[in-house]
Amino acid sequence: MKYIDEYRDKDLVNKLVQKIRKKVSREWTIMEICGGQTHSIMKYNLMQLLPSGISLIHGPGCPVCVTPVNLIDQAIALAGLPNVILTSFGDMLRVPGSSTNLLSVKALGGDVRMVYSPLDVLDVAEANPGKEVVFFAVGFETTAPAVAMTVKQALKRKLKNFSVLISHVLVPPAIEALLDSDESRIDGFLAAGHVCAVMGTHEYIPIAEKYRVPIAVTGFEPLDILMGIFACVKMLEQGSHGVVNAYTRSVREEGNPAAQQLLREVFEPTPREWRGIGTIPASGFHLSGEYSEFDALNRFHPVVPPASHPGSCIAGKILTGQKKPEDCSEFGIRCYPEKPLGAPMVSTEGACAAYFRYKRTAVRPI
Amino acid sequence: MCLAVPGQIISIDDSNPEMKMAEVRFGAAIRDISIQWLPDIAVGDYIMAHVGTALSKVDEEDARFTLDALREMGEIDDL
Repeated sequence: MKYIDEYRDKDLVNKLVQKIRKKVSREWTIMEICGGQTHSIMKYNLMQLLPSGISLIHGPGCPVCVTPVNLIDQAIALAGLPNVILTSFGDMLRVPGSSTNLLSVKALGGDVRMVYSPLDVLDVAEANPGKEVVFFAVGFETTAPAVAMTVKQALKRKLKNFSVLISHVLVPPAIEALLDSDESRIDGFLAAGHVCAVMGTHEYIPIAEKYRVPIAVTGFEPLDILMGIFACVKMLEQGSHGVVNAYTRSVREEGNPAAQQLLREVFEPTPREWRGIGTIPASGFHLSGEYSEFDALNRFHPVVPPASHPGSCIAGKILTGQKKPEDCSEFGIRCYPEKPLGAPMVSTEGACAAYFRYKRTAVRPI
Repeated sequence: MCLAVPGQIISIDDSNPEMKMAEVRFGAAIRDISIQWLPDIAVGDYIMAHVGTALSKVDEEDARFTLDALREMGEIDDL
C-alpha cells in the first residue's frame, strides 16, 4: 500500500461511477470546496465520467486565490523594503497584485524566497540576523498549524528579526457565506479532507443541520472524490442531510487535537476579506497575545494604495461557483498561466489553471 | 495548498520533546517532517504530510477495508 495508486485504479473508478449512475434520479449540484479536489477532478476527467445529472461546481478552497489583492500589495511593499527578506510558498510569488507580483520584485533585486515549509523560514532568520525575515502565510486550517508551530518556535528561540504576514482563512464560515448568498444553487458539499484531518468533522454538523445540506468529507484521489460524491448523492436522493466522512483513512472524527490546541494558543479568530466573497466575520486567524509581536503588519505598517483589479477578471464569480472558467471571455486568450489576470489562473489549485491545463480543447480559437 | 502527501516513516528523532521529527519517504524523495502532533507513530507507519508537518496517520486497516469493499462491489452504502 502506498495510498496513491490504489485510489487511481481505473476498474474501481468505473465501478463506482456505475454505482453513482444507478443512484442518481434527478439533477444535483455539488460543490467541491478544495482547489486540490478541483485539480483532481479535471486531471482525471471525472466530470465526463459522471452522469449528466451531477454538476460539479468549484469552491473557494484555493487559499492563494482568495487572498485579497490588498494583502498581496502589502507583501509586495514589504518585499521592496531594503532590509527585508520576504518568504512564501511558490504560488504566492506569482499572484498579481495591483501592478506587479513578488517574482517581479525579486527580478528587480528584492530578496524574495520560496520555501517548502514555514519551519524553513526560522533557519533563514537565524542565518540572516541583520535582516528582517517576513513569511507571507496563506492557507486554510491545514496550513495554519505549521505556521503556529513556526511562530511558537520563533518565540522560544527569541528571534527578533522574524515576522509573519498572515492571510489564514477558515472553511466553515465560507460555506455558510456561500449558502447564505441569494445566488446559492448548491445541493451538497465535498468538504476538504485535509482541513478535516486537522479540525475533525464536528464543525460541519451544525451547518448541515441549519441549511439541511449534505456534506461529505472527501479526499483527493479519483476514488476518494467519487466516494465523496456517492455519499453526497445518497443523502440527496434520500432527502436527508448530515455529515459523512468519506475519507476515513486520513480523517478522524476528532481531527488532530494537538494541532487544534496549538491553533488556539497562537491564533484567535478575526474577520477576513475573501477575494470574490467579501469580508466574512470570524473567517480567519490573526496572532494572539504574546505572539502578536510577530505580526508583520504591526511591525512595518506597510501603506499601499487602494487595490485595483483587472476589470475583465471574473475571479469572484469563479471562486463562488457562479461561473466556470470557460465562461470567462479572457480565459485562454488574454489570461493564461504565464500571464494571469487573476489568482485562479496562477495557483496550481486555481480552477482556471486546472481548466487550462487539462481542458485545453475547450479554449476558443483566437 | 491543502494537498497532503502520503509518506512512510523511516526513522524518528524524538530527542527534542517540543519538535519531534521523522525522516519520511515520499517515493524516491526523503524529507524531514515534524511528527509533533501524532502521539502514536512508529517507523513503517504512513502519515499525511503537509508543508513539513504530519497532519494524520493513515489508517491502514481502514484503507484496506474500503478498497476491499470497492473491489467486491458489494453494498458499499456504508462508505
